[in-house]
Amino acid sequence: MSNLLDLLVAGLATGTIYALVAVGFTLLWQTSQTINFAQGEFVMLPAFLMLAAMHAGAPFWLAIILGILLSMLLLGLGFKLLLVDPMLRHGVLPLAIATMALAIGMKEAVKQFFSAEASPFPSIVPAGDLSLLGRVISLQSLGVLALAIAVVIGLTLLLNRTSIGHQMQATAQNPTVARIIGVPVERMILLTFLINAFLVALASLLITPIYLAKFSSGEVLGQAAFIAAIVGGFNQVRGAIAGGLLIGVVDNLAAAYVSTQYRAAVPLALLIVIILFRPQGLLGRPEERTV
Amino acid sequence: MRSRIFAGLLLATVSAGAAFAQGGPIKLADVAELSGGGATVGNNWKNGIDLAIEEVNAKGGLLGRKLEVTHADSQSNPGVARAQVQKALDNEPYVLLGPGYSGSVKVTAPLAAEAGIAQIMGGEAAELTQAGNKFLFRTSFGQQSSMPKVAKYINDELKAKSVAVVWVNNDFGKGGRDVITKEFAKYNIKVAADISTEAGQADFAADVSKIKAASPDAVFVYLNEEESARILKELKRQAVTVPLMGETTLVGQKVVELAGDAANGARGHVGLTTDAPVDLVKAFREKFVKKYNYVPDHNGLKGYLAIYMIKATTEKMGKVDSKAFADNLHGLTIKAASEPGILMDVTFDEKGDIDRQGFLVEIVEGKQVVKQVLPKLN
Repeated sequence: MSNLLDLLVAGLATGTIYALVAVGFTLLWQTSQTINFAQGEFVMLPAFLMLAAMHAGAPFWLAIILGILLSMLLLGLGFKLLLVDPMLRHGVLPLAIATMALAIGMKEAVKQFFSAEASPFPSIVPAGDLSLLGRVISLQSLGVLALAIAVVIGLTLLLNRTSIGHQMQATAQNPTVARIIGVPVERMILLTFLINAFLVALASLLITPIYLAKFSSGEVLGQAAFIAAIVGGFNQVRGAIAGGLLIGVVDNLAAAYVSTQYRAAVPLALLIVIILFRPQGLLGRPEERTV
Repeated sequence: MRSRIFAGLLLATVSAGAAFAQGGPIKLADVAELSGGGATVGNNWKNGIDLAIEEVNAKGGLLGRKLEVTHADSQSNPGVARAQVQKALDNEPYVLLGPGYSGSVKVTAPLAAEAGIAQIMGGEAAELTQAGNKFLFRTSFGQQSSMPKVAKYINDELKAKSVAVVWVNNDFGKGGRDVITKEFAKYNIKVAADISTEAGQADFAADVSKIKAASPDAVFVYLNEEESARILKELKRQAVTVPLMGETTLVGQKVVELAGDAANGARGHVGLTTDAPVDLVKAFREKFVKKYNYVPDHNGLKGYLAIYMIKATTEKMGKVDSKAFADNLHGLTIKAASEPGILMDVTFDEKGDIDRQGFLVEIVEGKQVVKQVLPKLN
């Protein structure tokens, strides 16, 4: 039982990070019909931007701020203006293919400019343990969990309790009607891209101390978050959050109680089962077809 | 008359070509893990090779000829490694260098043997040299040499009665796991948990939870370098305090760099370390750091030694003869006194396995500290 508790805490800590990345998938899809297959690489890059700042002499806190700002500039504004806007007019499929090409380009560029080898990355949460209910739980696990939950709650409040959030949701539901009722649709779409860039930078900050900074680290994360978004519901933020947590926990439990060798297959099996019986995902809503 | 002139010109051309070939560079081919999961292995190996070649060439080359190496990237993928080795062999190198991963060595060794070209590699899986391949040579101990020492240390020094074994599910990891569990059986050490992990695995939370649930007296970790660093961090994160024991890949320089504080206390047997209390190794370390600005792990030493194995063997033969190279390296003892580049006295047996000093090290405050020097067997 105690082992199960450890597994749940560790799974939830990883799952919240998957959730942050998965939320980005759903936000971009809802507001601009963008499936970003470079989302995993979007998580990989901010860590290297922060490392570059540290190598240039910036203290860690400043490197974090610079990394987040640069991520929002490159992965938010730059991504929208230079890739999504020109490609979207050709349809969703060419854009999806373009993001796959972007993923390859980002990996190769980081490999070329930094290194093919992994690099250590400092943790924002101090080392140490905390005794809780007779269990020793690391501060890092708790810190990651707390920070990620805080961001998810903040995002939910922004979407549901603020005027900007309502405008973003209106844009997501029907941009034409939103435009008629005075919602600045373009600005809301841009805001979505910036929020996605912020989320991936934060996920990068939380996961890289554990996974290490490596050009290929986005592959695992991107795949897990994509599965999480589909499992939870691609068109619902709360679905992506639930999907992320579920995948994190299921992955850990599968590794412990089924087999480490087949752990990668378990989320995929879960994905297949869910889309067979509930194609819109656990918390998603069915997409209506317009004729 | 005209035909005689033509024949004379032809003969002169052929002779000139032969003379050029005789005095031209000696071509070596290296296939290594320059990217992918084994990038640390491959890049250290490559840098060690380049450093040694630079030294040999600076001193007039080998039998008066320059050494020249081409590096190819296996991407840490056995399939790519095989294709790259095939391509390299098509250019008829004097000796083939690499790869470093046992799985890649396993699939490439038959190609080199078929071509009759000696292959000096970095793989440590026990089975590599057991199959009777007369062209395959190690630069480090195989698992059949290192694991008995590790098991003895766990029994004699750690007094452990139960050990959790964590291994990477590839040829390297499985080979090590099989040998160490057999050795544990000799000492009646119980395998408390037998945990296989995947190459490139990022998240070790579940594996460490399993270790905790098994409550072993010690943990034996046998993973590749990056994964070793990740599991060390996770072991610390989940407050596992029993002794952590491994082999070279647990206590290498790169692991220490990546794992930070989490590496402190980890112990392991290493065949090669730049922290060895050997003057020639210290000198190598200084040269390497000066050239590349970082401290190499054992793979840097392996690459460096591979070139000096070629130099010593070729000088013993007195000629550059790729077909005779393997025969001459079998049974050869190279003394550091006569060939300083070999760093320590070394002997190659009939299987291509190596015998020399080994070391037991512990990571103390982020540095490898040699606790014991294990002498050469023969």
